[in-house]
Amino acid sequence: MRLIFITLLALLVAAVVGLGTTWMTTTRGTELGTLTIGAWTARPRTGTADVDPYSRATITRNGELPIGTGDGVAFTATTDDGRRPLDGRCDVVVSGVTPAARFWTLTLYDNKGHLVANSMQRYGFTSQEIVRGADGAFEIRIASRSRAGNWLPTGGIERYALMLRLYDTPVGVATRTQRDAPMPSIATVGCP
Amino acid sequence: MIRLLFTIVTGVVLGAIVHLVSVLALPRIASQDAYSRLTPTTKLNAVTQLLPADPSYTLMPYMDPAFAVAVCRYDLSGGPLKLTVPVSQAYTSVSFYTRNEVAYYAINDRSAGKKVIELDLMTEAQHNELPEDEDVTAADRLIIDSPSTTGLIVMKALAPEPGLMVQAQATLAASSCKIPAEQLAKTTEAPPSPPPAAKR
Repeated sequence: MRLIFITLLALLVAAVVGLGTTWMTTTRGTELGTLTIGAWTARPRTGTADVDPYSRATITRNGELPIGTGDGVAFTATTDDGRRPLDGRCDVVVSGVTPAARFWTLTLYDNKGHLVANSMQRYGFTSQEIVRGADGAFEIRIASRSRAGNWLPTGGIERYALMLRLYDTPVGVATRTQRDAPMPSIATVGCP
Repeated sequence: MIRLLFTIVTGVVLGAIVHLVSVLALPRIASQDAYSRLTPTTKLNAVTQLLPADPSYTLMPYMDPAFAVAVCRYDLSGGPLKLTVPVSQAYTSVSFYTRNEVAYYAINDRSAGKKVIELDLMTEAQHNELPEDEDVTAADRLIIDSPSTTGLIVMKALAPEPGLMVQAQATLAASSCKIPAEQLAKTTEAPPSPPPAAKR
């Protein structure tokens, strides 16, 4: 009787620990092969054949298609530079310069990876449609209410993610630091 | 007390094994992966344009709304596949994925260096069967080896401004992905030949 109880307990612990850690790693991601610059994180290896098993599990589970290395690289940010989660009710400013790339796009997603509905049908910017200063630097304002300049609407959702995709870029598996890839800064400038 | 501790340690060790097995098995058992999601709406060995990404589009997460996207779901068991994608004004790329979404190859218009991206996709076995003296065709056509028999080819054309989306879609509409007719003829002719051999 005791033996059965102990065996069942061991198996229960095994199932909870095993499946729990799998669920955690596939939903939150791991640090394996990540490139972090400021608030931005990329996994350049997910676009190659030697992708790590955790990223593979995450990709198939979410049903996404990772961007191939010969195509470009995708950086994601869910917090600002001060590690504060991006809040759709606040004003967030993304400013500065981007790494060398033929084109880039900045897109706003909800936490399921879907675009956020808004009356302007604006879900992001491309490097060509952005309004820049004389020095080539840009400033994008992410807010729920309309703002002057490059305004990206949030629809007032609580949490969102920004994705900066660089196309035809030298940034990739060999990139290590901010010097190789100067990423724009993200700052929360005001909350109602 | 010691027995309980032993039970928990055993459980944790077994749990680690369960974790490793489940992570490695997930790509194979996932039923909601991109290939499965695309299967009902895409044709096999033909180009299908996807709807532009907007908030109502929930087929796949993290799609770039600045791109027109077309997909060719391939099966190479009938022979090598020929892919032709015209290059749009801004930026065009072609990415190759295995059945389990491993991005094994991607090329963009600049690295292709031509007005049209032309590729031959085949399995390693089909590549080895190619006659050696066909270096003339190899010179102007890029040959890609697919690690799996089935998979996805994703063609993307950038619309740098929303107004250019129609143009980007038109570029992809002119692309083609097919197993050439003469090869299909070969494979359909092939079955009649074995019966005589069987009679002998």
